[in-house]
Amino acid sequence: MREIYAVLTLAYRDLLKLLRDPTRLISELMFPLLFIVILGGSLESSFGKGSNFDYITYIFTGVFAQTLFQSASMGVISLIDDRENDFSQEVFVSPISRYTIILGKIIGETLVAMTQALGILVFGLAAGVRFSFGQLIGLGWSGIVTCLFGAAFGVIILSNLNNRRTADQVFPYIMLPQFFLAGVFNPIQGLPWYLDFLSRISPMRYAVDLTRDIFYIGRTDYIHAVLQGPGYNLTLMTVAFLIFLFIGTFLFVRKEQNR
Amino acid sequence: MQPIVEVENLTKRYRGAKVNAVDGISFSVAAGEFFTLLGPNGAGKTTTISILTTTLNATSGTARIAGHDIRHAASDVRQNIGIIFQQPSLDLNLTAEENIRFHAVLYGLYPFRPTYSTMPRAYKQQVSELAALLGLEDEMNKPVKKFSGGMRRKLEIIRSLLHKPGVLFLDEPTSGLDPLSRRTLWEYLSQVRREHGTTIFLTTHYLDEAEEADRVCIINHGRIVAHGSPDQVKAQLTETYILLDAENRNQLRDELRRLKVKFTEASPFKINARGGDIQRIIKAIETPLSLVKTHDPSLEDAYLEIIKEP
Repeated sequence: MREIYAVLTLAYRDLLKLLRDPTRLISELMFPLLFIVILGGSLESSFGKGSNFDYITYIFTGVFAQTLFQSASMGVISLIDDRENDFSQEVFVSPISRYTIILGKIIGETLVAMTQALGILVFGLAAGVRFSFGQLIGLGWSGIVTCLFGAAFGVIILSNLNNRRTADQVFPYIMLPQFFLAGVFNPIQGLPWYLDFLSRISPMRYAVDLTRDIFYIGRTDYIHAVLQGPGYNLTLMTVAFLIFLFIGTFLFVRKEQNR
Repeated sequence: MQPIVEVENLTKRYRGAKVNAVDGISFSVAAGEFFTLLGPNGAGKTTTISILTTTLNATSGTARIAGHDIRHAASDVRQNIGIIFQQPSLDLNLTAEENIRFHAVLYGLYPFRPTYSTMPRAYKQQVSELAALLGLEDEMNKPVKKFSGGMRRKLEIIRSLLHKPGVLFLDEPTSGLDPLSRRTLWEYLSQVRREHGTTIFLTTHYLDEAEEADRVCIINHGRIVAHGSPDQVKAQLTETYILLDAENRNQLRDELRRLKVKFTEASPFKINARGGDIQRIIKAIETPLSLVKTHDPSLEDAYLEIIKEP
């Protein structure tokens, strides 16, 4: 019971820290805003008109998944220097299991990312994206799945990093290529074989595609926007989630004690 | 009585390092004692405290806290200790009460509730007592960032005592505090010891802080240099002597031998003596002296001598 209370405490603390820090809240919504309103808007006006492809909706769904995936994984990676920061130092010396710390962090960062999701929905509406109540519920579910998947991806990255400096140097190279390989802004159907290979090993691809699976269901442009069906994406994500989580947690806990 | 902290042959070499950060140290701390680990920056103090608080594995050696092995019963050790870190460990955007509440839940004292008002009555009682003790009755719901540095430190100490730890570790707690906050912190720590009987394990590089301790252990380059009460350490480390010389050195040498005073003959003669002995010796000497010089270093001189880079 105590470990469950600890997980809840850690997750709640992450959420509370975000809500008490309006500057952080705003700055974390800046990129989704730029991507959806400016990039989406400009692509739509240059390429979208005349074609039957809706760039705004395409980029909105891509950025929705990308932001959640990235936010959750970056949040988990912050465990790397948490032992030197604020209350997190306390967490590492408290009598709770290291597995509890990881689990609390994953749930906490999921809550944090889902708070950002609300902001992204507002940007989407402002940019002219329209969705039904059913689609909204769908985005909620795919959002949570994406956050958990991103957090597990964060755990496996975390377990292979030694300090904040390496993390800051490596992170852009892990994340930025995935923006394009996952098709966040750019349709990726018919890629040459080497790019297709890289795309298939980019975890973000499956999160983005799952989101579009759910959002585009029943629409005429489903075939242009979506790569694989939801069953395929969900199965792959579940398998990868379990692998990332177990191997990552095992390595992290072991490294924790053998510095 | 069994010591509350027992350290045997503790050694730590960081990965890739050429020398040991902590090099085979052994000591023990009795329950209720005020123990100080004194040493310059880089001596191995924080490494030692990290090992004892189970966040770092030792390369070799053992340590037990309240009877629990730090390696095999880390969770029991954690339950029995409180820690004040060098870096502040409060969430500045959260309120004082939230910082306390999260600690209390992590240590299994109370169930998790998202708000103060839904917490159990016993918790509210404890918080209001703590607030009264700190003189913070009206500030518990304010974000910690509004507190002064000294107040934050006190809040951390209060929080670390919630789960009634046997040993309270403080890793250079006064660094970054102004003299007044430092003073109040010390007074508060003595009060904590009187009221809770908590063992205090302090690391510091300030000698004057060590002088208040029951026992001091001086560490340098990962090794223990001196160990004992502040007075014993002073006696171990300092050498009190007088230097004498005369125009007629042969006569002085004979006279010193006749008086059975032990001396080393350099130029001048060096005689180990302290206090009343000095007066007795000088009074007995009849040879006209050309030099009389007493050497009585302070503990600080001795400490500086030790930590001087070789």
